[in-house]
Amino acid sequence: MDHLDELESKSIYIIREAYKQFKDIAMLWSIGKDSTALLWLCRKAFFGKIPFPVMHIDTGYKFKKIYEFRDKYAKEWNLKLIVGKNEEALKAGVGPKDKLECCSKLKTEALKLTMANRQLKALLLGIRRDEHGIRAKERVFSPRNQDFKWNYKDQPPELWDQFKTKQTAEQHLRIHPMLHWTELDIWEYIRRENIPITDLYFAKDGMRLRSIGCECCCNPVPSEADTVDKMIEELKTTKVSERSGRAQDKEKAYMMQKLRSLGYM
Amino acid sequence: MNDEHMRIVIVGHVDHGKSTLIGRLFFDTDSLPDGKMDEIKKVCEQLGRDVEFAYVLDHLQEEREQSVTIDTTQMFFKTKKRHYVIIDAPGHVEFTKNMITGASQAEAAILIVDGEEGVQEQTKRHAYILGMLGLKQVIAVINKMDLVDYKQERFEKVREDLLKFLDSINIKPTYVIPISAKEGDNVAKKSEKMSWYNGMTILESLDTFSINERPINKPLRYPIQDVYKFDEKRILAGRIESGLMKKGDEIVFLPSGKETKIKSIEVFEGQKETAEAGECIGITLEHPLFIDRGEVACKKNELPIVADRFTANVFWMAKQPFDSSETIILKCATQEVECNIEKINKKLDSSTLKVIGDDADELKEREVGEISFKTKEPIVIENFNDIQELGRFVLVKNQDVSAGGIITQK
Repeated sequence: MDHLDELESKSIYIIREAYKQFKDIAMLWSIGKDSTALLWLCRKAFFGKIPFPVMHIDTGYKFKKIYEFRDKYAKEWNLKLIVGKNEEALKAGVGPKDKLECCSKLKTEALKLTMANRQLKALLLGIRRDEHGIRAKERVFSPRNQDFKWNYKDQPPELWDQFKTKQTAEQHLRIHPMLHWTELDIWEYIRRENIPITDLYFAKDGMRLRSIGCECCCNPVPSEADTVDKMIEELKTTKVSERSGRAQDKEKAYMMQKLRSLGYM
Repeated sequence: MNDEHMRIVIVGHVDHGKSTLIGRLFFDTDSLPDGKMDEIKKVCEQLGRDVEFAYVLDHLQEEREQSVTIDTTQMFFKTKKRHYVIIDAPGHVEFTKNMITGASQAEAAILIVDGEEGVQEQTKRHAYILGMLGLKQVIAVINKMDLVDYKQERFEKVREDLLKFLDSINIKPTYVIPISAKEGDNVAKKSEKMSWYNGMTILESLDTFSINERPINKPLRYPIQDVYKFDEKRILAGRIESGLMKKGDEIVFLPSGKETKIKSIEVFEGQKETAEAGECIGITLEHPLFIDRGEVACKKNELPIVADRFTANVFWMAKQPFDSSETIILKCATQEVECNIEKINKKLDSSTLKVIGDDADELKEREVGEISFKTKEPIVIENFNDIQELGRFVLVKNQDVSAGGIITQK
């Protein structure tokens, strides 16, 4: 087994543990590279037949190509797709002028509504430790209270792949099967497995997106990488951080901690 | 450079400089992303502080404002030889459970001791936990040498105290290195201020360690994780914890004792002829047996221990004590069983290692007990030194993992 095999095996173990414990579980698919890799891992974990729904939280501000990609592969891979939206906030005109409000209402709140509607008790997410310092503090099985709050000061211990598997009625669990991957691992895995990926990541006119969120809050970074191979070469040498183009991380110190403790993904 | 990734945990007493050392490692190996030092400078200005390397890892607002690591973090750097995953473990006594969470994932450890303060309570507790978790590759570093004028005598004194303690718990550090994480002495670069020290830097010594080998040459242990029946095929999914299997192998499921043959080894979009320790796979069986999660597939000529009584060292992590009269859930690999304490043979304070009592009736937070267990049903176990994956378990109380245990004898 090489490095990618080990990463994959650990993730599959976690995904299977999650499904064993929670039948009312879903996977969050942003259509970005990480959650698409997670989706691939779920397909491998269940021999091609993912037994739970795959959820896309639609802020209404996503790229057109994201919607096209979503619908194409939802069909091809026979996914049980759920699209979650905070219609009320969208009608009230919530938008990216105030970033904390926009992310909270259109992402976190939309997620809350959708989970409540579907009575979901657990959620698989493709976050990684190397993405952001605050995500590095996460557990693999991470409880959230009824208000979706993350009590980062008192997290349960995790050892030897024994996770927190039961929860009280009010809690839901966030499960992070890819916490141990890096951005470079993701691209090397996408290349090895030939995983289809939205071409928004590839450079056009000397610029590319390294992290994809909403169209209005994603700034491209300079790059010539227009293939997965070039991307991997670029990542091996770059010192620009992955989320450098993501506006919500940088508003001010601790914005991400605030967002996450309030239930942001 | 090869493809290897080694996981290192950095442990030691609060304020002895763990996070600073990690910040230094990243800085000196050029592993920080652009803008990271600027961001840290900005945050330090906002807080009215000198620039702190520790902020590379201490990300929570509370961590930065109080200069203490609360939870374990992992980051990545590389040397010419290989990649490293660095696990920062909190030093404060309150966060010992987070330290254990971090340390349980490591293959090697750096134990850091403040050269001025010397060996402290959490130095000892963390060292004890490393020993209990079976970590053999340990580097001891005596930090803050800049504060003691880089004096050899001070280094020798702290070194001697430390080695004496470590010897009493059977830990033999591979290296003892005098460093200043703040100034960068002997971390990535050899110190010019300690010409009396001729040994390796931290990076050089890390590169001499070896990656844990997967237990391929041990007996087959394949604990069933779940059973899937998405179509006409009934697949027993799991991870091979040790050994090898091949299609057609005769196997026995324990504890039930049911016997059959492996009909196929299943993976996504295909089948395999063989599979080995570490792989997550599925199998189908020659006979239609009813097998559930928790059964362990083994080969008939290399059977494990199946027992309902055994002795283990247990480290209690929860605030609420563990009462010897209560029934508690034990989880070992994918097995889950209720159990009771027959006897707490002895219990220790995890820092002083003083025996607090024989035949005690409860185990409190951060106490270690040698405990005789009786499980409701027999389970498959191993001595920790034989097959780690089935020689360790957790105890679950109030829905949280509350203790870790190492099986010392049947």
